[in-house]
Parts: sequence; structure tokens; C-alpha cells
Amino acid sequence: MKRRFSPMAASRRQFLAGTGAVAAGLTFAPYKAFSEEEKKINFYNWDTYIGETTLADFNKATGIEAKMDLFADNDELFAKLKEGNPGYDVIVPTNDYVERMISADMLVPLDHGKIPNLSNIEERFRDTAFDPGRKFSIPYMWGTICAGYRKSKVEGTPNSWKLFYESDKHAGKIALLGDAQNVIGHALKYLGKSLNSKDPAEIKMAEELIIANKKNIKVFADDNGQDLLASGEVDIVQEWNGDILQVMEEDKDISLAVPKEGGLLWEDGLCIPKGAPHPMNAHAFINYLIDGEAGAKIADYIQYATPNAAAKKHMSKEYLENTAIFPSAETLANCETQVFLGADATKLYDEAWTRINAA
Amino acid sequence: MIPGTAWLVLFFLAPLAIIWAISFGENTSLVKTEITGTLDNYWRALSDVVYLKIIWKSLWISLLSTALCLAIAYPISFLISFAKDKWKPLLLMIVILPFWINLLIRTYALIAVFRTRGFANFGLEWIYNTLQLDHLFGAFEPLPLLYNNFAVIAGLVYVFMPFMVLPLYASIERLDKSYLEASLDLGASQSRTFWSVTVPLTMPGIVSGLILVFIPMLGSFLTPDLLGGTNAQMIGNVIERQFKAANDWPFGAALSFLLMYVTFGALAIRSVLSGRKSGMEV
Repeated sequence: MKRRFSPMAASRRQFLAGTGAVAAGLTFAPYKAFSEEEKKINFYNWDTYIGETTLADFNKATGIEAKMDLFADNDELFAKLKEGNPGYDVIVPTNDYVERMISADMLVPLDHGKIPNLSNIEERFRDTAFDPGRKFSIPYMWGTICAGYRKSKVEGTPNSWKLFYESDKHAGKIALLGDAQNVIGHALKYLGKSLNSKDPAEIKMAEELIIANKKNIKVFADDNGQDLLASGEVDIVQEWNGDILQVMEEDKDISLAVPKEGGLLWEDGLCIPKGAPHPMNAHAFINYLIDGEAGAKIADYIQYATPNAAAKKHMSKEYLENTAIFPSAETLANCETQVFLGADATKLYDEAWTRINAA
Repeated sequence: MIPGTAWLVLFFLAPLAIIWAISFGENTSLVKTEITGTLDNYWRALSDVVYLKIIWKSLWISLLSTALCLAIAYPISFLISFAKDKWKPLLLMIVILPFWINLLIRTYALIAVFRTRGFANFGLEWIYNTLQLDHLFGAFEPLPLLYNNFAVIAGLVYVFMPFMVLPLYASIERLDKSYLEASLDLGASQSRTFWSVTVPLTMPGIVSGLILVFIPMLGSFLTPDLLGGTNAQMIGNVIERQFKAANDWPFGAALSFLLMYVTFGALAIRSVLSGRKSGMEV
């Protein structure tokens, strides 16, 4: 499960994620076949993943009223839309889920003519393997999975996944993420394989590696690894970089590093799901989110790495030079983007994960 | 009668029938499931011993937690029932109060209680130091209370306690106290009175409490997820994953039904056992 950076207290944020999920389930926007769209849009987003005033500013600029519901993780988003779109216009799935939704024919092809701000996006983000030609998704924010650690308890920096997967150096003080693909994927990375391996033998190797080291691992933390680190429960934790960034602000003894084997590189895309009641407004909204000034306001508030070159011009040096937000090119060279593995490989990962947890 | 039946059909039997049908299906694409009548999902669950092991683990965790619930709730219900009338609403209120708070929040609160630098360990440390034990045995070592089976069981007992207290309280309240006096007057000891009079007469409350607590415990996934360690996984977690991350609804449906059959089995054993004891009405 993935969660977003938030300046609010953990429990409140988690609570909001939970209630947001419930609220989203109750939202059934009416389908209206107006030739001209009503001035409304339903945005389905991660918690605290937008600027403080972005929705109000959008309303001021266009007169369109944006309503936002929250989801807690990609699985929830997918499960909710799987049986038909309950009325959302814009959603924010992560790259492998963008791919999954494209292959399940759940997304509307974007009309790039209605998104002129696309020219703000950095060159290297304008094409991608999971969505060739950016037909279905516009890049919103990106980041990595990294090693968060307590400086006073760790020698140097945790520059290898070895500390997590094959070492008793921090026995009982280690937290890994709580989902099959990320925990097994980074074990594969440590073994020098691809994070996206579909090879049953390699997945088996990773499974055995994790089971052998389970005695040293305290917990598979779904979405609270950063809290465990902050409360001193663990000394090293595998986490989304944005989550660690959040506790780094509160506790100067915490830092993060991307191990030399590389970690997961993720990217969230703005997409329009099939059956969206306001596709025109949705295009306008996406265009607004990647506007230079609006994009800068968002990035400044949520502190994730923006792919928006025009927004970067408005950002502080502090943000742009922070290697925790923008890792160096060498580090990124070893990182890998998760691809959608298909149903058979997903089953392999899930079964391995069940055995790991039962061992 | 009609609204009750309609409610049951609409919100219980119909969804159950859908899940039952899906358990005989296959994923034909990412979003489509076709009911083909296949038994593969059940076969997959039964052929790999790991799933039975997880069901077994869920069973003993739930049984132990249910027993603890009963052991703690019985005296509490007794206390409330025998308290002065003006205190009863307040005492019942204290039992029900946690219901006003979201389950997720209550479980997160337990993390703050049990963790290494949590309230439980702070309290223990204070007692330890007050008793000057640190001079004898060295500094206080915090107990590992979180991320293990203990935490899961404590969490389950805490969360489900009111479901046990309320039916017990209702049946103890209905108990005619003159039976107890009669038993004592006729020379039975306190413990004999308890086992031969009180327990049999409150058996309906005990049984409904046990069922109300045991069955939802068996399927819980939030508590092991948040409080458990690396091997806390219960069958509820595996089922949840099939509906979300693994995107394999047919297999998840099959596991749900296997769990239900196990529950039916447990209830059947109970009724066979209670049937043997003649003259005891449950």
C-alpha cells in the first residue's frame, strides 16, 4: 500500500484515508447526457496529494466546481472502478495500474489538443513504456522506494538492500513494506534480478531469501513504516520516499537513501476513466494541474518530485536540490519502474507472499 | 416479518449467493469473471497445505481470544447485573462507549499502548523503578508487546469484548436471583451454586456471546494486519488480498466459503456435544 506525504498527524491522515474510501463508495454522480456539461467534476485522488487551494483556484479560473474523494491505495481504486465507473472524471493511478487499466480498457484516450500545458512536462516524461505516446495518462508526480533510517543507529548509510534481506545487523529493528510485489521485488533487486521478474525460479529464490531472514524482520508494515521509524520501533525501514520525507521534517535524526542495487521508481498519472460524466471538464482540470504556477503550488505543498519543468521554475532551490526528492542520475540509473505483470505472475507473487507470511 | 425477510434476502442471502457463484468461476480478463462451474478454486485451496495451515491458525487464535473474552466478560457482566440500579446505565455505557469510535482508530490506539515506547511499557517501567528493581536486576528492558501473536489476541479480545458482555448481561439480568439463594440455603457451596445453577441458567447468553464473538474473529483481517508481526497472517488477510492486490475474486470467494464451512462445522460439533447432555436446554 502506498501513502502520501502529509503535514498532518499520522492517525488523522490514516483516518481520512479510511473515511474518504467509505465516502467515495457512497458517491454516485448522476449521468447526464447534456450537450453542454454542467460545471462540475469529480476527482478521485490520494489523500493530501494536491495543493491546499488548488481546487478553489481551479473553480475561480474556470467556474467548474471540483469535488474530491480519496482512495487509500491502487487496489482500492481498481476494485472500485472494475465493476463500472461510479461517476469519477479524473483519477490518479500509479504507472503499473495505468498499464493495467489500459489493458482492461478502463481509460479514455486523452485529447492532447485540449491539454496545451503538456508542453510544460519535461521531455523525458513525455513518452513512457507503460503508456506509449501518453495516450491515456499525464504525469503528475514521481518518486522512489528507498531505505529510511535513523542516523544514530546505523553505520554510514544503508547503501545496500542486504541490510534488509540478508543480515542480522539490525535484527528486530527492520520493517519491510507490506505488499507482495514490493517486498519480493526489492529482494529480486538485491539478488541482481529485475524487480519485474516473472521467472518462477527467481521468485522462489527471493521467497526463500525473505523466509530465511524473517527472524530479523520486525514487521511487514503496510502503510506506517515512517511512523515506526519515528517512534523508534525500528531503525531501518523500506518505504516510499515521500513518507520518509515527512518524518525527516519532524526528526532530524532520520534520513533516507536509495540502496545501490536501486529501488522502485514510481510515477502517478492523471487519467480519465471510461464512463466519466464530464470528460470536457476533466481535460480542463488535467490541463490546470500541470499549469506552471498551479503545479508549483501543488509540489510546494506535497513535496513530491514534479515532472513539470514550468512548475520547477517557481520552486525554491531547497526543493530542487534536495536529493531525497530528486535522486542523482546515477542512483536513478539502477532504479526500475514496476510494470503490470499479468494475472499469472501476479498469482505467483501472491502465493509466494502467502507462504512467506505463513512461514 | 416481511421487512425482516426482505432485508435478509436482499443484504445477506443475495450477496452470499453471488460470492458462492463466483467461487465456481474463472477470471477471463482483468475485469471479467465467468462462472464456469469449475472446482479449481476449491482444489487450489485444499491441495496446497499452506491455506489449511492458515485456517487452522485463524481457528486457534479465534478460539483462544473467544475464551479470554468469556473469562473476562462473565465477571464484568455479573458485576453490572448486581450493581445498584442507578449505576447500571453508567457501567453499561462504559462497555458500549468504545463502539462510538471507529474500529481503525481503536486499533491504532492499541499500537500507541503496546509499542516499545508505549504506555504499557512506560507504566511497567514506572512500577519497576518504583520497586527499586533496577538496583537488583539492572535497567528496565521494554517488553516486546507489539507485532506478535500476543498483540493480535489482545486486540481481538479488546475489540470484541462488548459483543460478549451484552448478551451475558442480558441473561444474567433475567436470572431469578432467588434460585441462587435457594441453592445456598440448601447447603450448596458458592462454587457449586455457580456451576450448577448460574452457568446453566445463563447458558443462552454464553452461547450467543460465543457465536457473536467467535465468527467475526475468524474472518478478521484488520487486527492481524496492524498489530501482528511477520507471521500474523490470518485467513481473512489472504481473502482480502484475493479481492484487492491479487485480483482473483474466484479464489477469494472459494476461500470465504471454505471458512464458512469450517464455521458451520464448529457450530455442528457444538450442537452435537450439547445434544448429548440430556436435559440441558441451550
